[in-house]
Amino acid sequence: MKDVSTGPNFFSKIFSFDVMKFYEEALIKVWGLADFAYRYFKEVFVPPYDVKEFVRQLFEIGYKSLSLLGLVAFILGFTLTLQTYPTLGKFGAESLVPSMVAISFIREIGPVITALIFAGKIGSGIGAELGSMRVTEQIDAMEVSGTNPFSYLVVTRVNASTLMLPILVFYSDAIALLGSYIAVNVMGGMSIQLFFANVFSSLSFVDIVPATIKTFVFGFTIALIGCHEGYNATGGTTGVGKATISTVVLASLLVIIEDMIVVQITTLLF
Amino acid sequence: MVVDDYIIDLKHVKKSFDGHEVLKDINLNVSKGENVVVLGKSGTGKSVILKCIIGLITPDAGEVLLFNEDICKLTYNKLQKVRRRVGFLFQSGALYDSMTVKENLEFPLVRYFKLDKSELKAKVEEALDDVGLLNAIDKTPSELSGGMKKRIGLARTLIVNPEIMLYDEPTTGLDPATSREISHYIMDLQKKYHDTSIIVTHDMACVKLTANRIVVLKDGVCYMDGTYDEFERSTDEFIKSFFE
Repeated sequence: MKDVSTGPNFFSKIFSFDVMKFYEEALIKVWGLADFAYRYFKEVFVPPYDVKEFVRQLFEIGYKSLSLLGLVAFILGFTLTLQTYPTLGKFGAESLVPSMVAISFIREIGPVITALIFAGKIGSGIGAELGSMRVTEQIDAMEVSGTNPFSYLVVTRVNASTLMLPILVFYSDAIALLGSYIAVNVMGGMSIQLFFANVFSSLSFVDIVPATIKTFVFGFTIALIGCHEGYNATGGTTGVGKATISTVVLASLLVIIEDMIVVQITTLLF
Repeated sequence: MVVDDYIIDLKHVKKSFDGHEVLKDINLNVSKGENVVVLGKSGTGKSVILKCIIGLITPDAGEVLLFNEDICKLTYNKLQKVRRRVGFLFQSGALYDSMTVKENLEFPLVRYFKLDKSELKAKVEEALDDVGLLNAIDKTPSELSGGMKKRIGLARTLIVNPEIMLYDEPTTGLDPATSREISHYIMDLQKKYHDTSIIVTHDMACVKLTANRIVVLKDGVCYMDGTYDEFERSTDEFIKSFFE
């Protein structure tokens, strides 16, 4: 047998094999996700509607994320102001700090950071929960009882996540501005009326509407990936771990890619 | 058209996993009122047969007739309707972790029966009383022992009065006393709720108590079919190994 462990062909052989495998796996994953999304759209309007489970998910996804998101938003708003205040101060432009923080937070930092934390907390939670339900045959038990587990587990979670993320982003933006106001007063001084007058005077339709639309897309994507990975988990507890990790990695990556696309579209349209 | 009198009928069923042929040619039929035990060594495809019957696994070839309908050819909605007439007790019990025992039992009821709150409560309490676990009504699955989980799983399955029961190793992992208890519950509840069942097990005490008929699997085919007494008298080395 020819030895490929040395010589000029070694790296190309190993490399080309891995690249092919990577593309194959990526294509299978994309196809699986597209098929899963298609099934979601097919079943989202079909009764019975599990309203009780949907409300429970709104509570689990929304209310239980408030403390973490609030803390992160406050710290980000506070530190962003601490970092920019001295620089703008050199040009005598301290009064522009509220506008700068508001625009950067509402347009970009708020939606993206909130979505990334959401992917880590809620996306991974959905992946792990559905994954463990799959490997312990709980999803099969629902299936054989004549219940549609996709409708009960996936549709409710995706709907709740799509609806809750925009609300959580608004909440994060508000807390970040509060953090910024406190930082401005630590560095110098500005009344709360003047601070928020500056904030609102600098914001326009183009800052708020596209940013809000993309949060719906982020919420949908994160929950869909979490559900897809968990729902199709195999291989016992290892499979649950893999589902959780791939949810966070894929969801975070897709949030960044979607953000880039939405920014391009927004720039073209407005 | 001639319709067979079998409530479950598997014809030349084949199934492979990753190139390994688990079921080579399974022919198995069950008449209304029969309690059939499927015996076999580990990995011979006993649970696969049950999952083929309920449509969780699709066979590579052959027909699976349930109530004279080939479940492989049914649409998803029709399959779900057929499944509501069949109960399936999983090896682990498969209780829903996020729900209490009461919510587990109510889960199938609230979907398919128009019951008011008092009727729902009465049904749940009756089902729990049948398995001797009325005091566990507000507990979560994590607070229950293995035997209790199986009994709650049994109650959840039987609460909708299925016409066929499929048991996947109902006594595996339990001590002999609890296994005997579960076997007795199966017998008692069969009389009360339904009249046809397939039990997959290798617990001979359970077989002796529950079986009208035994089917032994070997090398992906039905190796032998008969009553408990016929099997006990058998001189076949493979069959004798189950009684040692």
